[in-house]
Amino acid sequence: MPAPRTLLDKIWDDHLVCSPDGEQPLIYIDRHLVHEVTSAQAFEGLRVAGRRVRRPEATFATPDHNIPTTDRRLPIADPISKQQIDTLRANCREFGVRLFDLGDADQGIVHVIGPELGITQPGMTIVCGDSHTATHGALGALAFGIGTSEVEHVLATQTLRQSKPKSFEVRVEGDLHPGVTAKDLVLYLIGRLTTEGGTGYVIEYTGPCIRRLGMEERMTVCNMSIEAGARAGMIAPDQITFDYLRGRDLVPKDFERAVAQWATLPSDAGARYDRSETFFGGDVVPQVTWGTNPAQVVGIDATVPDPASMADSSDRSSASRALEYMGLESGTPIAAIPIDRVFIGSCTNSRIEDLRAAASVVRGHTVSARVRAMVVPGSGRVKRQAEAEGLDRVFTAAGFEWREAGCSMCLGMNPDTLAPGERCASTSNRNFEGRQGKGGRTHLVSPAMAAAAAVAGHFTDIRQWRYL
Amino acid sequence: MQPFTTHTGNVAPLDRANVDTDQIIPKQFLKRIERTGFGQFLFFDWRFLPDGSPDPAFELNQPIRQGASILLARRNFGCGSSREHAPWALDDYGFRAVIAPTFADIFFNNCFQNGMLPVKLDEADVDELFRRAAAAEAAGHPYRLTVDLRACEVRDDAGFTRSFAVDPFRRHCLLEGLDNIGLSLKHVDRITAWEAAHGLAPLQGGAPLQGGAIA
Repeated sequence: MPAPRTLLDKIWDDHLVCSPDGEQPLIYIDRHLVHEVTSAQAFEGLRVAGRRVRRPEATFATPDHNIPTTDRRLPIADPISKQQIDTLRANCREFGVRLFDLGDADQGIVHVIGPELGITQPGMTIVCGDSHTATHGALGALAFGIGTSEVEHVLATQTLRQSKPKSFEVRVEGDLHPGVTAKDLVLYLIGRLTTEGGTGYVIEYTGPCIRRLGMEERMTVCNMSIEAGARAGMIAPDQITFDYLRGRDLVPKDFERAVAQWATLPSDAGARYDRSETFFGGDVVPQVTWGTNPAQVVGIDATVPDPASMADSSDRSSASRALEYMGLESGTPIAAIPIDRVFIGSCTNSRIEDLRAAASVVRGHTVSARVRAMVVPGSGRVKRQAEAEGLDRVFTAAGFEWREAGCSMCLGMNPDTLAPGERCASTSNRNFEGRQGKGGRTHLVSPAMAAAAAVAGHFTDIRQWRYL
Repeated sequence: MQPFTTHTGNVAPLDRANVDTDQIIPKQFLKRIERTGFGQFLFFDWRFLPDGSPDPAFELNQPIRQGASILLARRNFGCGSSREHAPWALDDYGFRAVIAPTFADIFFNNCFQNGMLPVKLDEADVDELFRRAAAAEAAGHPYRLTVDLRACEVRDDAGFTRSFAVDPFRRHCLLEGLDNIGLSLKHVDRITAWEAAHGLAPLQGGAPLQGGAIA
């Protein structure tokens, strides 16, 4: 009887190409997602070495980070951005890679279009030159971010040099209270694990609270695994996964046969993880980050912490520095902090369910006079579906800007940025200094919390929200 | 790739934990399509004041740290984004090695791809190096270290010697300055065999395959 294996073990074993003596193993890569910021130098490397892309049919590209979210019929204003996007287009044409370009109905944030087109499937290895590749683990794939040199290696060989990561079971018992979302859950977990608690590990999320999450919610959780230091986060496939994938563009033609195979992927009973921690969904309240990394987070009903109360001296100095940067004082109730901007978008929270949640909060209300608020759907498909449901009109009637799909203000590479000192309620995944614009102050929250803050003009407890 | 064997140089102490890749190289500089020229943007928002002049308070701008080639930092160095532009910027600026108690995974891997050595030492040893650096600088000269990848050792000329662990394959590739892709393509038969065993169509010579799902 073979030893019980985890989901990670099964995918690893299946994808091991070779493990030569004295060398790191090579694993096969089923799907390679590409975007404009981390691929130019990789394609150039292939060109210089006279190599081709080994498996163009396994490679899918889209521009997302650097593109405007306004009228895309106009030429891109910034010449350096334009060159980078033109370069992606030229590279895809030269090397035969399928590109969901600007103007293509299915263009979008790479980690939104992968699952929605059925490119992402259970049991696969998936890489991209972007750390939020962890998102795809929600479908039971082993998915992680890589650097540009590794992008080149995958293009040339369809493999990656990897030492097998350690496995970390994060089990969540119980259930989330009303008003508490997957985004709050993952922020809470990061607060408990710290930004390096997952370093060296692939996290597998298990437990009833995780099982009850829908597919988009699972993507939110897996997406932010990297913020706890884990390169990849996975949730074993189940009926929710199969139902999500059924009928999508690029799933296997013999879908039921694929489902039967995918159903063998979940971790065996008795499989061993290198580390396990258990948490309780009922402990989670709506979260708001206060500092300059995602682990500097508290509940909406809390106050800005006091660095002096922290045991570790490095935590104390980080917290002091963060409070100064964020312009916050210890003891201030989170719910009293006023905001200037709201961003609903990013690969963490820009899918249709996120937009529905935000729209239901704002319906009938108006954005506060002090706030400039923006909604950026994650892909052309999400945008069209939202428009078919009338969500765009709910947002614009309330005073939100309704934009085209892209990474936008998550990282502000395009013109969607914060001015110095502006405070933003953001549904994205990072609140580092300057992330959304030099001197910009980012607070990470769920879509409903961001929507409520837009109306109230300050953070407010969504659990007491007056839906109209 | 440039080999890394033994390097002796001045240390720049950066006494901060959780230095993320957005600080190392802010996003507005990721629009370039070359691998080079990122050194001028290293730690941009910390190095320069709003008017564009160097911030005299920033650690790397101290005169005694000019020309440093070894960066000494605290835990979780390089957390955040996968951008390889981060080690490119460090390398282009002049750093050959970074010493810290822990590194974020993706940044750590990216260093090896560029002939840069990330060295993990225990927190207590990193504390000691910060102390020695402070003492040297107080005495008016930069602190110097040797990072020896052959012996897997970090040492100074005042009795500090510590071993560090490094994956043997990565060490070999750095010592020899090997082309990673060329090395992997030596195993192309195994790659082809894996593909055949998993029902993938053979590569078509010349023209790339188009469309469709992989079964």
